[in-house]
Order: sequence, then C-alpha cells, then structure tokens
Amino acid sequence: MQRLDYLRESPSQTAGPYVHIGCTPNFTGLDMYGGDLGATMKTGPVQGTEITIKGIVFDGTGTALRDAMIEIWQPDAAGLFASANETRGTADPNFTGWGRSPGDMDTGEFTFETVKPGAVPFPDGRMQAPHITAWIVARGINIGLHTRIYFEDEAEANAADPILTRIEHQNRIPTLLAQKQNDGSYRFDIHLQGPSETIFFDI
Amino acid sequence: MSNANIPPKPGGFIPRDRNWQPDALTPPYKTSVKRSPQSALLSFPTTLSEETSPVFGHNMLGALDNDLIHNFARSGESAIGPRIIVHGRVLDEHGRGVPGALLEFWQANAGGRYRHKKESYLAPLDPNFGGCGRTITAEDGSYEFATIQPGPYPWPNGMNDWRPAHIHFSIFGHGFAQRLITQMYFEGDPHIQRCPIVGILKTQEAIDALTAPLDMNRTVPMDSRAFKFDMVIRGRRQTYFENRKEGM
Repeated sequence: MQRLDYLRESPSQTAGPYVHIGCTPNFTGLDMYGGDLGATMKTGPVQGTEITIKGIVFDGTGTALRDAMIEIWQPDAAGLFASANETRGTADPNFTGWGRSPGDMDTGEFTFETVKPGAVPFPDGRMQAPHITAWIVARGINIGLHTRIYFEDEAEANAADPILTRIEHQNRIPTLLAQKQNDGSYRFDIHLQGPSETIFFDI
Repeated sequence: MSNANIPPKPGGFIPRDRNWQPDALTPPYKTSVKRSPQSALLSFPTTLSEETSPVFGHNMLGALDNDLIHNFARSGESAIGPRIIVHGRVLDEHGRGVPGALLEFWQANAGGRYRHKKESYLAPLDPNFGGCGRTITAEDGSYEFATIQPGPYPWPNGMNDWRPAHIHFSIFGHGFAQRLITQMYFEGDPHIQRCPIVGILKTQEAIDALTAPLDMNRTVPMDSRAFKFDMVIRGRRQTYFENRKEGM
C-alpha cells in the first residue's frame, strides 16, 4: 500500500530545572529583552471584570514546586481571542490573553492579573462555560500538562459545559474550579498527583 | 458534497500520539515519580481555546536576541567555547513550514554550567555568557542562531549521571495545543545513550529526532561549525466537513 508521509511531532523533553533562564530570564536576574514575555496581560484599560488568580503547583508529596512555569491563555471578557486565528471579531486591544509565570522564588505561588473570560463555543456550537487554558512545565514533567481553570461562581454555565458534563468522575470536577477567596481573588492550586490530583487534558 | 473550487478548511489539531510521546511516569528519571499524574488524561477534540494563540511579531526581537555569543557579553568581548550555528525549520505534521513561531532556547556554558542561583556545579561561570536567546521563524519556517556548544554536566539522579550536551527549546506555534518544550542533542555524543532523560524516549527514532547532525554545508569557514535541527509541531486536520449537530 501507499505510505503515509506525515511527520511525527517532535518528542517532548522536560523543561528541566532552569526553564526560567530561557523563558523568564529577568526573573532569574538576567537583564534580557527589556522584560519577560507574558509578565503583563493588560496593556491599558481593559473591558470586563478584572480578576486575580493565584495558586501553587504541588507534587505527589504535597510539596510546592518552585521550578515550574505556568502559562495561561484565554479570551477577553467578550469571549474573543487576541489571536491571528480569531475570525469572529476583534478582541480587546488592551488585553493579550496570554500570561506566563515562574511562580514566587520562595513559595512557588503564581499570580495572574487578568480579566474574567467570556464564553466561547464548542466545535458543535454549544457554549462552553467561561474558562482559561493552562499549561504547566517543570523538571520531572516529561510532557507539558494541559488543564483548564473554570470558575466555581459560574455554576449554571458549568452545569451545561460540554467538557465538564463528560467527565466520568464528577467528584474530581472541583479540581478544575477556581475558588473565590475573601479578598476577592480566585484560588487555583494544581496537584500533579495524589487524592486531589488535578484533571489534566489530552487535547 | 465538497466543491473542488473551495479549499478545505482547517479543522481541529491532529490528536497527539501518546504512544510516541514519552510517558509521564519514568522511574529511571527519578523526579518524574512524584510529578507525574496517575489518572488517565481527559481526551477531547481541540476547541477555539486550543486552536488560537498569541501573536509574536518580528519587531519585538532585538538585534542580538539570536546571538548567544554576544547577547550577554561585554562590549568587544564574546562567550568562551566552540562557536556554532544552530539552524533548521519548524514544520507541522503535514511537512509545511510554520512561519512566525516563537522559539526560545537556553543552555549551559561551554563548561556545562548554567547561570542560575540554584546551580552548584563547580565548573566556572563565563562572565560573557548568559545562556538564553530567542527568535521567530521566517515565512518558510526557518530559523538560526549563533551560540557556543554547551558542555555535558553531572546531575543528581543516579550516583554518576551526566547530561549529554544539549540546548533546550520552547516552541510557540499558532495554537496553544501545539505548545511544546524539547531538547536538542549533538551528533556523536556518547552520553546520549546513557542519559535517563533521553531514556524516557521510547524508540531510537525518537532519539534521532532530537539529535542534530553536523551540517558542514552551513558551516562558516574559519568561523563557526553548524548543526541542523528541525522541529515538528502538531498540524491541523484539513477538512470539507465540520462538526455540527445533526439536522443543522
């Protein structure tokens, strides 16, 4: 028979202990590029509700990772992406939608100053609940982990979300929900394994 | 059904081949043991959230961003080590060049030492070497940068594990689903076959895919040797058919 001539995706390798040198050099004390990419998601006054998301990545022993890098990607408050592939409209010009955090040097806690995302449709046209895509890499992680940050205060939308409703173990859904804190910020801790293991996605 | 005059639309991304990519749990690489998810991943087709990504323009790049020999060096000085050029293309699974992809790379110096406060290897720092650079691929997906060849170095895993010389790459294509971090190794390095991190790769074909050959055709005589390293990121399905509810 004929041969399929597709190429194979490059194999992944761990980001290693020094991913911050390459992706957030200024965080490590290297004065490069005039600043770290993804450090700021807002370049001016933004539309919608401004929110803060904080969290820590924990390993299977409950120890905080201090050598991880977390990236998030999301639409603006109207559900539009600041992307060349966005064909439905023009996103908020003052919002990049993309954030990258090396976490705090001592505690590992990451912080994103962003906006509450608008809803985006699933391929079949149904609306998804507001969510943020997250990607985690670190030493010991052989291939970057995708997950999603949904919001606990979007109960109605979450209950109709095409992906959340498809999850077999509904008792694990809270691992995908950012929890509103007393100070108004959202908390989204990520557990790489253990009883609270975050649901990770093969997308 | 399909109209031959209408080109197919890009569909979702081709699913990632998890039999080809490394597993999360690889005990010989000890750090993976407590950092690997144990539940099955939740599989679903890509949506707009994964089919879009931020745009990085060539205008954000500085003149020395892709020159690690000079981008941290004092004026008139340069980093110590074998001068090399690393070049290649970023392709998708269809073999098409990916333009506008952001590549970020980082590495140890010629002695195998990283410039990082948590790094304790006794090899000295090079005052003229920072160890990071970046570039954005051209219209045909090509890229290149100048650097010094990094050295191998010992690391705490087994009692006597050494990393082969390598350069880390972060690749940002046009969809968040394509996001990838990998490492480039050098042809002929005897540490490749001994390294537990290389060892997570499942086949010799996968190791070869990350091993850059010496490229004498691109070498600059009396100046720099060259190594060629192509990278492949996920492609999108091409389709006349779209997902939609029956009857719509």
